[in-house]
Amino acid sequence: MKQIKVLGSGCKKCTKTADSIERIAHDQGVEVTVTKETDVQVIMSYNVMSTPAVVIDEKLVHSGSIPHTDQIIEWLSK
Amino acid sequence: MFEIFTQLANWLTYSIFNLSPDSKLGDAVHFFIEDVSKIYVLLLVMIYAIALLRASLNIEGVRDYLAGKNRGVGYVLGAGFGAITPFCSCSSIPVFLGFTSAGIPVGITMSFLLTSPLINEVAILLLMSLLGWKFTLLYIVVGITVGILGGLFLDTIKAERWLQSFAAKALADGKNKNATADSIIDSSQEDSKLSFSERHEFAKDETLEIFGRVWKWVIIGVGAGAALHGFVPDGWIEQHLGDGQWWSVPAAVLLGIPLYSNATGVIPVMESLINNGLPIGTTLAFCMSTVAASFPEFILLKQVMQWKLLATVFLLLLVSFTLVGWIFNSFSSFL
Repeated sequence: MKQIKVLGSGCKKCTKTADSIERIAHDQGVEVTVTKETDVQVIMSYNVMSTPAVVIDEKLVHSGSIPHTDQIIEWLSK
Repeated sequence: MFEIFTQLANWLTYSIFNLSPDSKLGDAVHFFIEDVSKIYVLLLVMIYAIALLRASLNIEGVRDYLAGKNRGVGYVLGAGFGAITPFCSCSSIPVFLGFTSAGIPVGITMSFLLTSPLINEVAILLLMSLLGWKFTLLYIVVGITVGILGGLFLDTIKAERWLQSFAAKALADGKNKNATADSIIDSSQEDSKLSFSERHEFAKDETLEIFGRVWKWVIIGVGAGAALHGFVPDGWIEQHLGDGQWWSVPAAVLLGIPLYSNATGVIPVMESLINNGLPIGTTLAFCMSTVAASFPEFILLKQVMQWKLLATVFLLLLVSFTLVGWIFNSFSSFL
């Protein structure tokens, strides 16, 4: 099971990102847990400056925008 | 070049809606249609064009570039990058911490953060089309100057004393790293050349994203402008808030700081206020304070700053925008 974290200070884009990851994972039949990380100290520890950012199994895969659907599918398929 | 929008507004207002050009309502509707259509077209074209050019510029690159610079040029560069780098205000905390933990002084970071919302391509574009190039140039110069001097001031009073402790620690760590290792900058951000199709993808996303965010601000801003334009009696503003009243500038700033708008919404209002006779300095002061600061943003900044520093930033903005207003009111005859 993949542990996915969406980093961001709680703005609309971060919620959208988390929602679309959950939806796509469900469609693909991939089991994931998506958590939203809003604590700035934690966000800082991933060295991220532009949010929303996506961390999968403790590895930063994306930052600065809402990811595209095909990007998300690619992450989930790995 | 912009006449087509006037003609569109003529046609819609007078032929389709059948309003009289002499009525207040006709006047306001005409203003609304002309400005909204003009702004929408300009936004779509210009955001796309500018995004194509700046597809390879990112905030990490700016940080790495600023990290090695000495203070003198740091403020100027910080404010300059603030003007050209886009970022969403919801990112201001991560950006603040990212800069801080790279050992960049608080003042330089604040130069960046203060200038960023004030100056961006959308603001410049709207100013050019609605208020002309002289005013635009003035706005840019003032915005960058406030950023530079604000940052310089915060470092002079050693504002880093008033960071929240974890942010202060990150700053100290970053500075140590700068002093010991000559390169903290890992070159993971090598200059990757972008292909045209990648640039196009980026620009398309940017255009949709920014337009999706600002279109409603345009309606609100132009709507407020149109209401002012059509319904506030001619001369009322001039009489009550004209040059004679020195207090009108600080009052406008105090009113503007808690109000939140972005540049897109407020510029059409500026156009209308100036046309209605509000002095240029007062208008500038009001609008800059609306755009530069807002309560939601202060609440976010509380995560990294203590109250003392927040209050200092608030006062700093209040004083600088008031000065801007007074200075421009006294020089307005040259514009």
